[in-house]
Amino acid sequence: MGNRINKKLKEEGKLLSIYFTAGYPKLGDTVEIIQQLEKNGVDMIEIGLPFSDPLADGPTIQQSSTAALKNGMTTEILFDQLKDIRQSVSIPLIIMGYFNPMLQYGVEAFCKKCQEIGIDGLIIPDLPVDVYHEEYQETFEKYGLINVFLITPQTSEKRIRFIDSVSNGFIYMVSSASVTGAQSGFGDGQQAYFQRIADMKLNNPQIVGFGISNSETFEQATKSAKGAIIGSAFIKHLNGHGVEGISTFIKTIR
Amino acid sequence: MKTYQADEKGYYGEFGGAYIPEMLYPNTEELRQNYIRIMQEPSFKKEFDQLLKDYVGRPTPLYFADRLSRKYNTKIYLKREDLCHTGAHKVNNTIGQILMAKKLGKNRIIAETGAGQHGVATATVCALMGIECVVYMGEIDIARQAPNVARMKMLGAEVRPALSGSRTLKDATNEAIRDWINNPVDTHYIIGSVVGPHPYPDMVARFQSVISEEIKWQLKEKEGRENPDYVVACVGGGSNAAGAFYHYLDIPEVGIIAVEAAGKGIDSGESAATSALGKVGIIHGSKTLLMQTHDGQITEPYSISAGLDYPGVGPMHANLYASGRGEFISITDDDAMNAGLLLSKMEGIIPAIESSHALAILEHRKFKPEDVVVINLSGRGDKDLNNYIEYFNL
Ligand SMILES: Cc1ncc(COP(=O)(O)O)c(C=O)c1O
Repeated sequence: MGNRINKKLKEEGKLLSIYFTAGYPKLGDTVEIIQQLEKNGVDMIEIGLPFSDPLADGPTIQQSSTAALKNGMTTEILFDQLKDIRQSVSIPLIIMGYFNPMLQYGVEAFCKKCQEIGIDGLIIPDLPVDVYHEEYQETFEKYGLINVFLITPQTSEKRIRFIDSVSNGFIYMVSSASVTGAQSGFGDGQQAYFQRIADMKLNNPQIVGFGISNSETFEQATKSAKGAIIGSAFIKHLNGHGVEGISTFIKTIR
Repeated sequence: MKTYQADEKGYYGEFGGAYIPEMLYPNTEELRQNYIRIMQEPSFKKEFDQLLKDYVGRPTPLYFADRLSRKYNTKIYLKREDLCHTGAHKVNNTIGQILMAKKLGKNRIIAETGAGQHGVATATVCALMGIECVVYMGEIDIARQAPNVARMKMLGAEVRPALSGSRTLKDATNEAIRDWINNPVDTHYIIGSVVGPHPYPDMVARFQSVISEEIKWQLKEKEGRENPDYVVACVGGGSNAAGAFYHYLDIPEVGIIAVEAAGKGIDSGESAATSALGKVGIIHGSKTLLMQTHDGQITEPYSISAGLDYPGVGPMHANLYASGRGEFISITDDDAMNAGLLLSKMEGIIPAIESSHALAILEHRKFKPEDVVVINLSGRGDKDLNNYIEYFNL
């Protein structure tokens, strides 16, 4: 059985992926948010495992992480909430989190649990590709997990090629030199960067993240990339409108 | 030969490395590729040495503490980093890094600070060089360290409050890292201790290594030998200790003693003794020992001394602890405060509370009469006067 991520990437059209922080706004919202997102046509979901010190994230995701931890979210609780998720949800699910909580859980135990639940991939911003390749790739692959790496406008061509060779799903293209957070739009510099990467004809398709907040930025980002990820803007919307507002938000994107 | 120095990937045994998001890779990579070469350039060395001499006031004395030695019946030398310009060893590192930043063509400096000592040392060298300076400081620390905030402002730095997480040193460090992610080209991040991703721990240790370089020739003059029996230093992140230990790391005859802050006691729940309470994990891009929950969330440490109030420890020290090369001792608030008062009364030196932790070793551990014990007096107590006043009802 192929990984759900790979199957999804082969489908026609552009992919909309949504990030949310597990345990926010309320500890028990996780499953309902995932179900609502699928019901409203989202293609893929990144479930954020909250961390006390999310150093790649801007204020919105930081605050949602702090709140989720205050609500009592832990790795074990998240796994417990997700244990039956595959009975109701079939789109690809990715866990996005920092490395330390995974290290404390035990990397192999973490991967094993992900496989049991039906998690398809991981995004771990502070686990560099070099360390992954040397120490953890075998374990991830043993449990059928796709690990997703980030590239930025500053990443050298040589390093992008290396990341491409280690990846087996998609490449997470960070839109600009910045932490996460919604921006007002993409300028010429970013468009040129998107195009430059597209012209590299990498093996792995690219999905753009950071700074996507509405239909306009979604369209700009997916002109040359396979899809885009919305995080902070979605969390802000959840903040104001709660889980009931999910369908309204998704309709404004596409 | 087994070494306790960093290898070329920035590992001390299993500790260290660079666990950073890809957004930071170009920044640290530029530094990694250049730092050793730049530090070895004659023009760099000349300027660094000159500034340490004329501006910082080095060499700092190695002072034989006669009365203290008689009280404890052993030979005690104090390495007087408290006499450095700005009042602590921190400036050795900021002088080095500002010169590094200039060589790399950077025109903006960022730094984190807890108590404000490293922030002041950074603001100082930025004023010296006429470079823009932004210091991140936890909102809570800004409120409790008002004099140092004023110093930084006077020196022309902008102090930005860190409003995230627990709003203290670890969060100020997160904010500085985020700033660096957002400003990858023109900005250099001056980290204040031997922490963070490779090459910071090694680079900062090298800049601070002037401490043990001087101890060697100074002790030779005074005792006829370069090697003491013990070298003692307090460890927050571990930069003054790294400097004091540096040239002795691979000399097994020299005992290395690292002193951590026990706060209100190891088991009190209010402590900063990372080696006793920490587990291996990742903090600020480094694999090291850190204080954390079962679930891997980084916890907030406590010590009466703001400079020792960091939930991690540099990877060099994690390795010294794990390998048994270093002896790790933790000292409570009370014992440190008393040691500070004792030094003031017996030697006429008011130490920083951080350094008082190192001094408290004398009450906690027996040394032989013929032992030569060098204690690194990392800073002076001016900044801590309010704490001393409150504590002793002065
Ligand atoms: C006087 C003094 N000593 C020690 C420290 C602790 O830092 P480190 O462990 O990096 O030397 C500080 C930090 O502010 C300090 O001001």
